[in-house]
Amino acid sequence: MTAPASPLTLDLVARFPGLVQTDTRPGYSGFIVEKDSLLEVAAAVRDELGFDLMTAVTGVDYPPDKMEVVYHAYRTTGGPGLVFKVQVPRVDPVEVPSLIHLYPGVDLQEREAWDLLGIKFTGHPDLRRILMWEGFEGHPLRKDWKEGFYEEDTKPFKSRWPQGQFYMAEDKNPFNDNLAFPQNFDPEKWIPEGDALLYGALARYTVKQEDGLSTDRIVINMGPHHPSTHGVFRAVMTLDGETIAGLKPVLGYLHRNHDKIGERNTFLLNMPFTDRLDYFNSMTNNFGYALAVEKLMKIPVAERAEYIRVIVSELSRIQNHLVFIGTLLNDLGAMYTPSLYAFEERELILDIFEAISGARMMCNYFRFGGVVRDIEDAEMQKIKDLVYDRLQYKTDELDRMLTENEVLLSRMKGVRMINAEDAIAYSITGPVLRAAGVPYDIRRADPYGIYDRFDFDVAVRYNGDLMDNYLIRIDEIRQSLRILDQAIKQIPQGPINSQKPAYQVRVPAGEAYGRVESPKGELGYYVVSNGKPNPWRYHVRPASFVNVTALEKISIGAKIADFVVLLAMFDMVMGECDR
Amino acid sequence: MYGKGILKGLGVTWKRFWETYTEDIAWVLRGKKRYFTEEGVKHRSSKDQKGIFTVQYPEEKLIQPEEARYLPFLVYNEMPDGKREVLCTSCGICAKVCPPQCIWIVRSNDPVTGRPVPEPTEFYIDADICMNCGFCAEYCPFDAIKMDHDFEIASYGRNVFNMEKLLKSSEYYKSIRPVNYAREEAARIAEAEAKKAKEAARAAAAQSAKPTGAEAATAT
Repeated sequence: MTAPASPLTLDLVARFPGLVQTDTRPGYSGFIVEKDSLLEVAAAVRDELGFDLMTAVTGVDYPPDKMEVVYHAYRTTGGPGLVFKVQVPRVDPVEVPSLIHLYPGVDLQEREAWDLLGIKFTGHPDLRRILMWEGFEGHPLRKDWKEGFYEEDTKPFKSRWPQGQFYMAEDKNPFNDNLAFPQNFDPEKWIPEGDALLYGALARYTVKQEDGLSTDRIVINMGPHHPSTHGVFRAVMTLDGETIAGLKPVLGYLHRNHDKIGERNTFLLNMPFTDRLDYFNSMTNNFGYALAVEKLMKIPVAERAEYIRVIVSELSRIQNHLVFIGTLLNDLGAMYTPSLYAFEERELILDIFEAISGARMMCNYFRFGGVVRDIEDAEMQKIKDLVYDRLQYKTDELDRMLTENEVLLSRMKGVRMINAEDAIAYSITGPVLRAAGVPYDIRRADPYGIYDRFDFDVAVRYNGDLMDNYLIRIDEIRQSLRILDQAIKQIPQGPINSQKPAYQVRVPAGEAYGRVESPKGELGYYVVSNGKPNPWRYHVRPASFVNVTALEKISIGAKIADFVVLLAMFDMVMGECDR
Repeated sequence: MYGKGILKGLGVTWKRFWETYTEDIAWVLRGKKRYFTEEGVKHRSSKDQKGIFTVQYPEEKLIQPEEARYLPFLVYNEMPDGKREVLCTSCGICAKVCPPQCIWIVRSNDPVTGRPVPEPTEFYIDADICMNCGFCAEYCPFDAIKMDHDFEIASYGRNVFNMEKLLKSSEYYKSIRPVNYAREEAARIAEAEAKKAKEAARAAAAQSAKPTGAEAATAT
C-alpha cells in the first residue's frame, strides 16, 4: 500500500535535475516543479517517496506575471509533508496538468482552483465551476477581481473613522452596481447551462440492454433542501433500479468566499471568521488558523495555553461526535430520542465554552501565542465534573442504547463504505479513513501543539463498513476523554499568552500550512504573508469538502436507501464545505 | 435472542423517562421547587442532571455566565450633577479591529481650539452586521465598550444603533459583569494612585530642589 519511507525526500532536485528547484524565496519551503514534468515528479513523489496522501491543492495569484499551484502531500505512515509548486505565467488560459489520475482526491480541489482562480487543469475530465454558479463572470480569488459592494482592498476601511458617517451599503451601491456579468447578459432570458453540463457529466440516461429493451435511468436530485443532507447539499444521481449508477455532488449553495474575506481582513480579524467554517467546532477551527499564523510569526505558545487548547479541542471533538451519532440515528429513522440525548451532553460542554470564551458556538477563543481568557477554577471544576463524573457514563449509556440494536445493525453492518486504498487515493481524512483501517491521525502522525505528550490510542477499525464508521466515533470519544484526563491533571499555572495583547500583529513574509485533526478530518490553513498587515493568500482546506470527493466512488453500486447513511458518515457541515 | 439489543436500548430510555418523575418527587420531598426557580435551572444544567433536561424558555432562562457576549454597548459614568461622562475617547481602535467593520465613529474638532474633542460626536454600530466576536471590548484601552448580556433582540427592521441606544451606565455594566468590573476598577484605582504618588514625588522633588541643596540632601 505505502512504499517504505525513503531518504530520497530532499533529493528531489538531484532526482530530477533541471526540472525541480528548491523554493528559495524567504519564508517559503518546498520545491518548484517545471509545469511539463509535473506528472512525472508527482508520480515519483507518490510511488518512490511514499507521499500517498495528497491533502491540499490550491492556487495563489501573484500578479502581474505568475500564478502558482501549491500541493501538500503527506505519508499515511506519518511524518512531515512535502510541498511542491508549479508556477505558470499569468496569461489566460492558465494551464497546469491535472493530477487526478495519480491522486483522484484532487478532483474537487482542482475544480475549486479553476472556479476561484481560473487555473485550467488539463486532463481533468469534469472541470466545471463548483462553488460559483455557471455563468458567473470572472474568477473571484484573482487579485484584480472586485466583489459587489466593494469598498477597499483591505480592512480597516478608511470610511469608519474618524469621519465615519453611517450609511447602508445597499444605499450606496444599488443592486447591479459593481457586479460583473458576461456581455449581453440578460437575467430574464438566461437559461442555466450548468445543469446540462452537470447531467452530461453523469452516466448516460438510456442504456441499451442486451435483449434489445432500452431502459431509462432515473435522475434524482437529492437536495439542496433535503432533511438528511444537513444543510444545502445537493446530490444528483442516476439510478438503475434501486442501485446508484452515477452521482455528482453539487456544492456552493452556502458559498460566501471565505478565502477572499480572509485576504481583506488583517490576520487577527480572521479568527472569528474561522468560527463560522465548521460551526460545531469553532475551537478546532481556531486552533488550525492559530497554528498557521504562529508558524509564520515564529512565536512560542504559552505553556498553560497549550493545555487549554488541548482541553477545549477535545471537548469540542466529544460534542461533535455525540451530535454526529445523534443525527446519524435521525437519518436512520430513530427520530429525536438519540439526538436529544446527545444534545444534552453537548449543552453541558457548550455551557463551559460560553463561560470561558463568551459564546456557545462562535467561540473566537484562540489568539496568536495563546488563548484569550484563562479557564478559572470554577470552570475547571465544571470540566472535571463532566470528564470524571458524567461523559464516560453517558457515552457508555449511548453505546448501550444503540450499538446492539438489531435495526441499527441490519442497516449498517456489512454495508460497504470504502476500503483503505481508495480512502487514501481519494484523500479522505478523519474518522472515515480510520474506520477503513488506516490509523492516520494527525495528532499522532504529525503532532501539533503538545499532543505528543499524551498517551492515547489512535482509534482504528478495519471493516470499513457503516457500522465501523459509527463505532469509531464512540472509540474516539473515549480516547478524547483519556487525553482530557491527562491534560486536566498536568495543566500548569502561568500566563495564557506568550505575546502582549495587540490588535495589529507583525507577520513576516512567507508561507505556512497549519493543520489539525478536526473531528471531521484534516483541517488545514494555507496562509501566505507578504509582510503587510493582511494575508496575501488565505486558504482553508476543509475536511468536509475534500472528503466529499469520494462520495461518487462510494455511492456507485450502493442502494439508494443507503445513500442517506453513506452521506451522514462524512459528518458534513456545509459551512465548512462551501465556505 | 433477536430483539435483545432493542430491549436493552429501550431500557435506557425507560430509565430516563422515570428519572424525571423520581427527581420531581425527590425535590418535592426536599421541599424545593424544581421548576421556575434559579436553583432548579442551575441543577438541570449541571452534571447531576437526571431525567428531563428542558429549560422552559421564556418562563425559565439559562443562567448566563459573566463572559457571555451579544452586542456591544458604550459605558458612561453617571456624574453627581446628573451629567453623563462617556468613557469613549473616539480613538478608533474598536472600528479598526472590527472584523465585519460595523462600527462607525465621527470625531469632531473643537470649534474654538481646533483640537479634536475626545468624546465621539456620533457612534454607530450596525447590529445586523455585528458578529458578536467581542474584539472591540477586548482591545478597548479605556474600558469604554463592553459586550452586553441582552440576547432578546429579534426585530422586524434593520438595527443600526446610535449613541442614544448604545450608551449604558457603568452601574449596569457592574451588574452584569461584577468580576470584570471589580478587576478594572482595581486597576483604575491603582493607576490613579500611582499617578498621584508620582505627582506627589515630583512636587516634593520640585520643592526640595528650590531650597538650598544641603538641606534637601540631609532631608533625604
